[in-house]
Amino acid sequence: MTASPVGRLSIRVFALGYLALLLAIPIGVVLYRTFEPGVGAVIDSITTPAAVSAFWLTIEIAAIAVPLNTIFGIVAALVLVRTRIRGKWLLQAVIDLPFAISPVVIGLALFLLFGRTGWLGPTLTDWGIQVIFSVPGMVLATIFVCLPFVVREVAPVLREIGDEQEQAAATLGASRWQTFRRITLPAIRWGVAYGVVLSTARAIGEFGAVSVVSGKISGETVTLPLLVENRYSNFDLSGAYAASALLAVIALATLLAMTVLQRKGDSR
Amino acid sequence: MIAVSGVSKHYGDFAALDDVSIDIQPGALTALLGPSGSGKSTLLRVIAGLETPDTGSVVIEDRDVTNVPPQRRDIGFVFQHYAAFKHMTVRDNVGFGLKVRKRPKAEIDAKVDELLGIVGLAGYQERYPSQLSGGQRQRMALARALAVEPKVLLLDEPFGALDANVRAELRAWLRRLHEEVHVTTVLVTHDQEEAMELADRIVVLNKGRIEQVGAPRELYDAPANEFVMGFLGPVARLGDGLVRPHDLVLRPDPDGTAQEAQVTRIVHLGFEVRVELELAGDDGAIAAQLTRHELEQLEIAEGDIVFVRPGGRRFERPAVAEAPAPAEAPAPAVEPAA
Repeated sequence: MTASPVGRLSIRVFALGYLALLLAIPIGVVLYRTFEPGVGAVIDSITTPAAVSAFWLTIEIAAIAVPLNTIFGIVAALVLVRTRIRGKWLLQAVIDLPFAISPVVIGLALFLLFGRTGWLGPTLTDWGIQVIFSVPGMVLATIFVCLPFVVREVAPVLREIGDEQEQAAATLGASRWQTFRRITLPAIRWGVAYGVVLSTARAIGEFGAVSVVSGKISGETVTLPLLVENRYSNFDLSGAYAASALLAVIALATLLAMTVLQRKGDSR
Repeated sequence: MIAVSGVSKHYGDFAALDDVSIDIQPGALTALLGPSGSGKSTLLRVIAGLETPDTGSVVIEDRDVTNVPPQRRDIGFVFQHYAAFKHMTVRDNVGFGLKVRKRPKAEIDAKVDELLGIVGLAGYQERYPSQLSGGQRQRMALARALAVEPKVLLLDEPFGALDANVRAELRAWLRRLHEEVHVTTVLVTHDQEEAMELADRIVVLNKGRIEQVGAPRELYDAPANEFVMGFLGPVARLGDGLVRPHDLVLRPDPDGTAQEAQVTRIVHLGFEVRVELELAGDDGAIAAQLTRHELEQLEIAEGDIVFVRPGGRRFERPAVAEAPAPAEAPAPAVEPAA
């Protein structure tokens, strides 16, 4: 398609203007307001015991949920694309479910399942496992909301590369695992990487589902997004801004880390 | 030797292979020839273990491999679209089979270098497939398949994705390679010229069944039915029979059983001339193939009336098999993977 110079220019202005309005300006305001009271105040605000605990809890939950979802995502994508099982549509639907329903509903569902009066709650409590108002529940909620990302990124790549390379590897004597390890995984690594970045971003930023099952015990079950909300509703605006900025830094660090890893992988 | 017995393969209602049995001679180059959807690729993939037949068995060198996965069949397989491992160098591609067999690195390197020399890719070890031309990629794929010293080499339309001139070059090259390596080779193709040029034996398939097996000349000279005759070369329908256009005889005057026809067009194709004729009595159009010399002696021009009869071999309609559209070369330029 060719467009006139005016048309092209107006498309660019529209796209950039849209981005600026929705993303750049709000984030800029947050950063501006964060550092308005001075750098010292920001550092004080993000080094309180509650903030440090929230930071590590956020990292911990992401560190459990993202690898589990990555493995599940790759396996599920392989099942969806490479096998001819019945009921594939059902698996696809279940995987997409977290996109379709509100995170708060997911949190409530977990609550109903694992809560004190839920189906599984009493049994697990007898075994000494507390899910709701505790870290396991928050991890579960995070896993659930992040479920589709890796599958969604990897499945199209698998479809795109086709299975000829895998068949070639098989005729050359490679076992299934060798084929996966040496042929499939390198071919889908961009999709996996992108899925991991999206999952991580969602995992560290998740509010709704985690909020329902966390119980918000300060220093124990409060993640950074919950801390932001907590400080905001307690009129600690600069504290909320500081915590938000910290979240943004984690997200950027993840993105940067994946990019560096990919560069390394490519120049190999 | 490869022995395929009673193999059937259905996809839903579609019979890709219908009770196919064939013995493939050791050391020879056998071509599986047929139109798109004839089952030739499926048969090759059944031999490779990439498809599981519904019924029947596959024996490779006295070992029943029907239920053996492709990994343990001792085969080399070359795909139409190369199936190059894109993220690996040429060296790693060719050495892949040996690497998964955990052979020592020195041995792999030596074997890779030797094979790349044979396929004419010496010095390309550190390139990536994306830096090679189509023909080079396919030669790399052949080297990769040969590296594991397979008992049989299976080629699925190996030149189908290449330009015509590269295809012709690789054909000649493959024939020479086969004479050097002498591994039992099965080649799938829809191009009768390719099959005739390369193969010691041709297996003609149609609609999941074998129509005829034989040496290229046998099939050309003594086709078992109209389908084989039509698929192996151009044919013209004259009366009740099929005849090769170069076997048609034209005369300026009535001559026994010869049929009257009007010359509609004369096409000069270098040494050969195609004379397009409209048969009298609404019997349709056919094309005769003459040499320039013959045409000059005939002294005919467009619009003239001539008399045409089959000379040489003629295929009288005895068989039940359907023939493809006559008077047309059967080889399509491109064909989706069957």
